[in-house]
Amino acid sequence: MLVLGETVMVLLDYIQFLISGLTVGSTYGLTALGFTIIFNTTGIINFAQGEFLMLGGMLSVFLLKFLNLGLLPAVLLAIIITTCVGALIERFTIRPVQKSSTINLIIITIGISIFIRGVAMLLWGKDTYALPSFSGDTPLSFFGASMHPQSIWILSITLVLLCLLKFFFARTIYGKAMLACSFEKKAAYLVGINVQRMVLFSFMISALVGAIGGVILTPLTMTSFDVGILLGLKGFAACILGGLGNPFGAAAGGLILGVLESFGAGIVSSAYKDAITFIVLLLLLFVKPSGLFGQAEVERV
Amino acid sequence: MNGFKRDLLTISLFLAGMLLLPRCLTNEYYVNVLIISGLNAIVAVGLNLLLGFAGQISLGHAAFYGLAAYTTSILTTTYNLPIIAGILAGIVLVGLVAYLIGIPTLKLSGHYLAMATLGFGIIVYIVFNETIELTGGPSGFVGIPRLSLFGYSFDSDLSYYYLVVFVLAIVLMFSLNLIRSRIGRALRAIHTSEKAAQISGIDIARYKLFIFVLSAILAGIAGVLYAHYLEFIAPSSFGFNHSVLLVTMVVLGGMTNVWGAVAGAFFLTMLPEFLRAFENIEFLLYGFILIVCMMFLPEGIVGGIQKLVRKLT
Repeated sequence: MLVLGETVMVLLDYIQFLISGLTVGSTYGLTALGFTIIFNTTGIINFAQGEFLMLGGMLSVFLLKFLNLGLLPAVLLAIIITTCVGALIERFTIRPVQKSSTINLIIITIGISIFIRGVAMLLWGKDTYALPSFSGDTPLSFFGASMHPQSIWILSITLVLLCLLKFFFARTIYGKAMLACSFEKKAAYLVGINVQRMVLFSFMISALVGAIGGVILTPLTMTSFDVGILLGLKGFAACILGGLGNPFGAAAGGLILGVLESFGAGIVSSAYKDAITFIVLLLLLFVKPSGLFGQAEVERV
Repeated sequence: MNGFKRDLLTISLFLAGMLLLPRCLTNEYYVNVLIISGLNAIVAVGLNLLLGFAGQISLGHAAFYGLAAYTTSILTTTYNLPIIAGILAGIVLVGLVAYLIGIPTLKLSGHYLAMATLGFGIIVYIVFNETIELTGGPSGFVGIPRLSLFGYSFDSDLSYYYLVVFVLAIVLMFSLNLIRSRIGRALRAIHTSEKAAQISGIDIARYKLFIFVLSAILAGIAGVLYAHYLEFIAPSSFGFNHSVLLVTMVVLGGMTNVWGAVAGAFFLTMLPEFLRAFENIEFLLYGFILIVCMMFLPEGIVGGIQKLVRKLT
């Protein structure tokens, strides 16, 4: 009887880890998806991706507080502003030098991330801010494990967003055009696709997805001017884990990473949770050098 | 004039300029900034060999820098070993770790290699933070002895500066020679096309590993000099941000030239000191300058200067 009790306890713990892992993992997945969208049209790893999440969260907090908007208008406005920031980045820093080498463009995005953090620090200081949950803080019971209501928001919004993106890329003309750019830019250009506009869209969608991720995560984890660094790092790791350039891989990579982290923290040690995650990632890369669902890069001679 | 003589001349000129530089400074604090710039330049030159010549990225070089710094600090402070032993142990350990990490890691390419080296850097950073009994954890490691070698103690900042400049000059001479050698040609061939290099009979795995270990050792040399200069180290100096900064130095300075790494290191280490006067908008300006430089100097600082010289003559 005692043994059975213990097994149930352990099982409950595991469900708890799984839920929190999937919750955090969804936001990693959304960040990774943002990386993938820009990578596919430009070949750039956008180091400012984490800053989109930060902006989504921080802007919501401040629109709510200072403009006294309701939660929903504040959140929507924050997402719209962040999307515009994405457009501005592409228009003023990437487009003028689009012929530069990839590493130069990546360094430019590093500059952008420092710049955005600098602006955020100037506007809001170094304090940590909280955003109210979308529907209260009373924990829900889920198979005996407790679940924060915000977790349900995060999981369902992520799921809806994934379906919408899937629909966008598979069914709409713009989505298909963007996909075409990711396969072969020159060919896309030759069939009459405005590649430049698609790159602009990819930055906007990426910022949009990032901002939504930031907005839904903030009630759970709080936010400050520098949260983007770690989130960006995890998003990139998720991308690589799933196989760079594969949107499904990015989302799956995020979930796997979140669950790994949560089990690592719960079972082994919370101090080493990130180390555990990265050790697993490294070992995986040694076995599968192009991620779980990625295609091996082919070198042309 | 052959390549060797030309390099010897430029390095002599560089050395002379660097040795005279402190005399032009009005504030002694700036010697301190120059020392840190010089140390970053040593790491950046190594990273330039790896990134600019062999075409392999590392986002984990701050870890090698820190690993050497912590090794010598722990050995000389906690275990009271002589400084020379600590320094050698630090550099050897870094070489060994780079060798072991390099074997599986360098099979990866592009962004996957970036991720693997980045992951390695983060793991090392976490270990620095969490093994508190050994490293002092996040609050840092204090009481490291100031460097003294063969009975001479580098107590003044100025003497330390001369030492760093001297080491940097040797590293530069060595790197420039290496580039002109058979190894240098092999590395450039790998950069252009791995397949083509392999078909021409170049053992790409071995060359990549060699240059990776070499660049880690250079980071290690800078690391031990850093620890015995500041007499205090903390994990925050060896994190992900510093690794990214090092790569930025190499690219911003100009990847195709070893001197680019030196220019990038001095520029990006000194920039925050000049921006300090702007207080609140310091970071914002730093990011802005980085964006603008990268947009208007696609070949980096040294590439830009070369282009300017070519236009004028």
